[in-house]
Amino acid sequence: MTKFDQAIYVSGLNVSFGAFSVLKNLSWLVNFGEVKGVIGPNGAGKTTLLDALTGKTEYQTGDIVVRGRHNIKDANEPAIARLGLGRKFQKPSIFSGLSVFENLEIALRSGKAILQSINQLSPHEQKKINETAILIGLSDCLGKDAGTLAHGQKQWLEIGMLIVANPAVLLLDEPVAGMNGEERTKTAALIDKLKGPEMAIVVVEHDMQFVETVCDSVTVLHDGQILVEGPMQAVKSNQQVIDVYLGRDSENA
Amino acid sequence: MLRSSEKFAVIFFLAGSLLVMASFMGIETSTYLMNLIGQIAAFSLLALSLDLIWGFCGILSLGHGLYFAIGGYLVAMHLVKVAFEKTGTPPDFMLFMGWEELPAYYFGIESFAYLLFIVFVVTLSVSLIFGYFSFRSRVTGVYFAIITQALVYMAMLFMFRNDTGFGGNNGMTGFSEIFGLNFRENKTATVLCGISLAVLGLSLLGCKKLVDAPLGRFMRAVKEDESRLRFLGFDTVYVKLTAWCISAILAAIAGLLYVPQVGIINPRVLSPELSIEIAVWVAIGGRGSLIGAIFGAVVVSGLKFILTGLVPELWPFILAILVVGIVIYLPNGFSDGVKVFSSNARSLVSAPHRKLQS
Ligand SMILES: Nc1ncnc2c1ncn2[C@@H]1O[C@H](COP(=O)(O)OP(=O)(O)OP(=O)(O)O)[C@@H](O)[C@H]1O
Ligand SMILES: [Mg+2]
Repeated sequence: MTKFDQAIYVSGLNVSFGAFSVLKNLSWLVNFGEVKGVIGPNGAGKTTLLDALTGKTEYQTGDIVVRGRHNIKDANEPAIARLGLGRKFQKPSIFSGLSVFENLEIALRSGKAILQSINQLSPHEQKKINETAILIGLSDCLGKDAGTLAHGQKQWLEIGMLIVANPAVLLLDEPVAGMNGEERTKTAALIDKLKGPEMAIVVVEHDMQFVETVCDSVTVLHDGQILVEGPMQAVKSNQQVIDVYLGRDSENA
Repeated sequence: MLRSSEKFAVIFFLAGSLLVMASFMGIETSTYLMNLIGQIAAFSLLALSLDLIWGFCGILSLGHGLYFAIGGYLVAMHLVKVAFEKTGTPPDFMLFMGWEELPAYYFGIESFAYLLFIVFVVTLSVSLIFGYFSFRSRVTGVYFAIITQALVYMAMLFMFRNDTGFGGNNGMTGFSEIFGLNFRENKTATVLCGISLAVLGLSLLGCKKLVDAPLGRFMRAVKEDESRLRFLGFDTVYVKLTAWCISAILAAIAGLLYVPQVGIINPRVLSPELSIEIAVWVAIGGRGSLIGAIFGAVVVSGLKFILTGLVPELWPFILAILVVGIVIYLPNGFSDGVKVFSSNARSLVSAPHRKLQS
């Protein structure tokens, strides 16, 4: 395996807010071609990990290397995004006052240089937007205000905004939260379609069923540290995981 | 069919051009009325400039009087120098300071082309430097508004000084002519009013084109969710900076049109109150609606002209009631009211339809 197979390489990462340490000496690897699940109890630090990866939160020590060669220590959010990291937020974040088409258009242009981003759309770009809309099942709603979409459609639109920009890494924070069974199935199919040797996908989810369906391997985060890593099958039967996460979950249910 | 902004832009432009032509054909007009319309046109342009950044890009400036004053002071320098050269009477501040000639920075400003150039350069430099540092340090919202206000206040304090060569607290006045037209002539007021209207029309058209262009889409995206845009890989600093500088230039042009029509400029154009009033026009007319902003400026400054004549001591209270009423009942200003009205009308029309369906 050459080092360029590495989509994200995290080593010795520490994130703390004041005296409160959220990620503790975390080392983690995501390879191209894989769909990686991240699970763990509330407050484990899953979102914080994505925050550190995308430049939203500063980290105190450690390194994050993207696509095998870009250390993002001093990069700001747009610069990191232009390395090919696309992130879907836990709370759907789209431009609700703009149409679905405009949302995709903005996303498509965003990764480009400012002067390129204000030209008219080329036929190729137009096509890319239409293809993406078909992929996320919103080709009938291109003219609609994004704010008027159903909750599930908003989530898909946000994913669409990432894919239209040809990302190398997709970071999806709770992509099926608030979706019904049918919508979950569609989302799983979408992730399956996006999967490929040039793409790494990280899925943060609480829905175990979903994680098991779409992910090749799973990282269990607990209290800012990695508890276990491996295929879902093995993780599910791990006693530690059952104790801190799965067990507690079933108690609640 | 033309959409409403474009329609109004054409109307303003044509009305302005007609006035200019009429004045050259020797048609007499009411100087008072021309002055009133011309000043309101300049205010409308100022409102338009604020709406562009506040209504479309979500950046509230409570210091846009600064750019208005840059245009205003520079054109006053031009007019003062022309008057001095033509009539030989030095401006008051020279007598007051005991100066024999105008300071060195008045060099060349008697040329109108140079005036336009220097207005552009000064406005662009100030807005670029201020905008770049604020946007890069991600100062937003209320904090940004407070900084803009502090800046305009500082400028006012500076302009109150008498030794700066800008007239100090008395300001600059005693203008004699503008592009060869004497201010005492009836024609001059008409020409200035016509130009103001025409420039307002052109600016409205330009703003409409801008907000409909891809750049305008990015401006709206910044307003909606700036951080989303950053996480998509877009450096929002540059969109904000572009919108900010365009807005500043429009405000400076408004000042440039305004001052020759009132015949005086003094540091009070830099008072925080005036800058807040601009925001009031836009809030009342409707943020995010170009026509709305103009409408707000026309209604409020029109009312002000009338009411400060009739009941000067009541004007602040009337304005306050208007603002509070609008904020509570029409959060997007009059343009909301228009929308509510037209959607009521639409639902009345389509009501029978719905009955059929049910
Ligand atoms: N900006 C911040 N300031 C202070 N504490 C924070 C901040 N962001 C996150 N935290 C804390 O860090 C911890 C981890 O939060 P995080 O959002 O990463 O959890 P999570 O694993 O995503 O949980 P969930 O499953 O509920 O989304 C929490 O205790 C949270 O309160
Ligand atoms: Mg989270």
